[in-house]
Amino acid sequence: MINVKRLDTKSLEEHAKVIRRSIIRALTKAGSGHPGSSLSAVDLLVALYYNRLRHNPQQPAWPDRDRFILSKGHACPALYAILAEMGYFSTDKLDTLRQFGSILQGHPCMKTTPGIEISGGSLGQGLSVGLGIALAAKLDKKNYRTYVMLGDGEIEEGQVWEAAMAANHYKADNLCAILDQNGLQIDGFIHEIMSSHPIPDKWRGFGWHVIEIDGHNYASILAAYDEAEKTKGRPTVIVAKTVKGKGVSFMENQVDWHGKAPSKEESERALAELT
Amino acid sequence: MAEMVATRQAYGDALLELGEKNKDVVVLDADLSKSTTTAKFGKKYPDRFFNMGVAEANMMNTAAGLATCGKIPFVSSFSIFATGRAWEQIRNTICYSGLNVKIVATHSGVSVGPDGASHQCIEDLSLMRTIPTMTVIEPCDAVETRKAILAAVDYKGPLYIRLGRAPVPVITKKEDPYTMGKATILRTGNDVAIIACGALVVNSLAAADMLSKEGIEASVVNMHTVKPIDQETLVKVAKQTKAVVTTEQHVLDGGLGSAVASILARIFPVPVEMIGIDNRFGQSGEPDILFREYHLLPEDIILAAKRAVGRKK
Ligand SMILES: Cc1ncc(C[n+]2csc(CCOP(=O)(O)OP(=O)(O)O)c2C)c(N)n1
Ligand SMILES: [Mg+2]
Repeated sequence: MINVKRLDTKSLEEHAKVIRRSIIRALTKAGSGHPGSSLSAVDLLVALYYNRLRHNPQQPAWPDRDRFILSKGHACPALYAILAEMGYFSTDKLDTLRQFGSILQGHPCMKTTPGIEISGGSLGQGLSVGLGIALAAKLDKKNYRTYVMLGDGEIEEGQVWEAAMAANHYKADNLCAILDQNGLQIDGFIHEIMSSHPIPDKWRGFGWHVIEIDGHNYASILAAYDEAEKTKGRPTVIVAKTVKGKGVSFMENQVDWHGKAPSKEESERALAELT
Repeated sequence: MAEMVATRQAYGDALLELGEKNKDVVVLDADLSKSTTTAKFGKKYPDRFFNMGVAEANMMNTAAGLATCGKIPFVSSFSIFATGRAWEQIRNTICYSGLNVKIVATHSGVSVGPDGASHQCIEDLSLMRTIPTMTVIEPCDAVETRKAILAAVDYKGPLYIRLGRAPVPVITKKEDPYTMGKATILRTGNDVAIIACGALVVNSLAAADMLSKEGIEASVVNMHTVKPIDQETLVKVAKQTKAVVTTEQHVLDGGLGSAVASILARIFPVPVEMIGIDNRFGQSGEPDILFREYHLLPEDIILAAKRAVGRKK
């Protein structure tokens, strides 16, 4: 069974609002976690999960499913909220985020959470795993695609570039990297801490097909996923310019909102903006 | 109630002192400088601070290069990324070359809390201890951390210091003597010896107090230098008590317990019971709940002490 609804932009935006609200609520309840990192990824993830990914929440292990790996694993509240909305588990579980005994661990854990393809939290490792899955698809003559979301701080890890080299070498055109380029890492702006610029040229140099988009514009995001799927002979990276903390004005582009939970009062202000 | 301070906070302050005293001290971090607290040094001495981005392997060997030119690099990240991602760089470039690099890693143990297993490093004592020539230290509180950091500069060679995220009670005093490689005996009793490091020292003292009420007198040894281990003190207390318990916030394999058992088995065999994490990963949760789940509390130490005493010939 495949589950690709094709929603229009307006309904995708409505879903995104619901997801952003869930993220704020879950993080407030948890008392820790990464709001900025989760919010910047929401639109890219909503477009992927609601409109492109062939998957089945009732059968998470369906062998022909498209795979998604959140390599910037600290943004998992965004993924958890989407998985819950789609029915992988009950939305009540979001209230247990990061608590003892929860199926929703602080960083992705494939053993406890339905819909999580690989355990993570340590940056730089996901693209290599995605490559392995893409190579398995080719071996098994399967059509499923593999998507991996990376952070722009995360691509400072050397392993990302080892994976980039290998994916091109093996012509993994069924592999698509999604770069959430929000311009921030933990200690500050990317260009001040460890500049990885020029990012698109680096991927081109590694032989990848590069698509540059606004990561909050649904038409561009969906067109990019389509272009990636049509691109043959080499892997594609979607370099998506995003705003860290997108949707909550006082969190947007603020380094301090990388990894702290909103207070009750901040949470209410955030939720008010997301109605 | 003792004051609660995270050992990582004392690290940042000690670095400031060092930066003033010794111009060869340089600091490297991998995009975690606020959490490791090296950002304080970075602010005061920007020229001698290198934020290497999310790239631990490169950071480790950049520190190696700096060390070959007479600099004294302090390299920091979370313990899982410092010792895990860059283990082979530490082994083959830093230790094999005998370089004067100080690796000071924070966020060790399950006391990391809600971030979960991926961020709770419970293998670093073992990972570092098994590398030939490496020195391994886990201070028990903030006051001792300052002493360990200052002593690290006077020692020439590779060294690993294990620190924590969560605040822990301050149980040592500024004026208490501290010598790297020399264990401190915090309490003397003849029935059982509890050998502890890091965050488990305070729980071991609490266990000893409760044991005393039941008529069992325990010695408590703060084995802050896990390697090279203070064999003399260890054998002395083993001879005195003839029963030993080890306590650490670490897997049972390869950490303090393994080190103690290995010495005692060879030199003065006595019953040894071990408190530590038994072949499991950590998980999300508050540190106090996780300490209960992984059996790291005073009540667990008491049971282990009674088992050790019961096994005496
Ligand atoms: C190997 C590794 N080193 C360090 C960290 C700690 N860490 C978590 S998030 C982060 C910054 C990531 O920045 P980026 O990839 O840009 O993500 P985003 O801005 O979306 O939060 C760091 C250094 C980690 N999780 N893994
Ligand atoms: Mg970023």
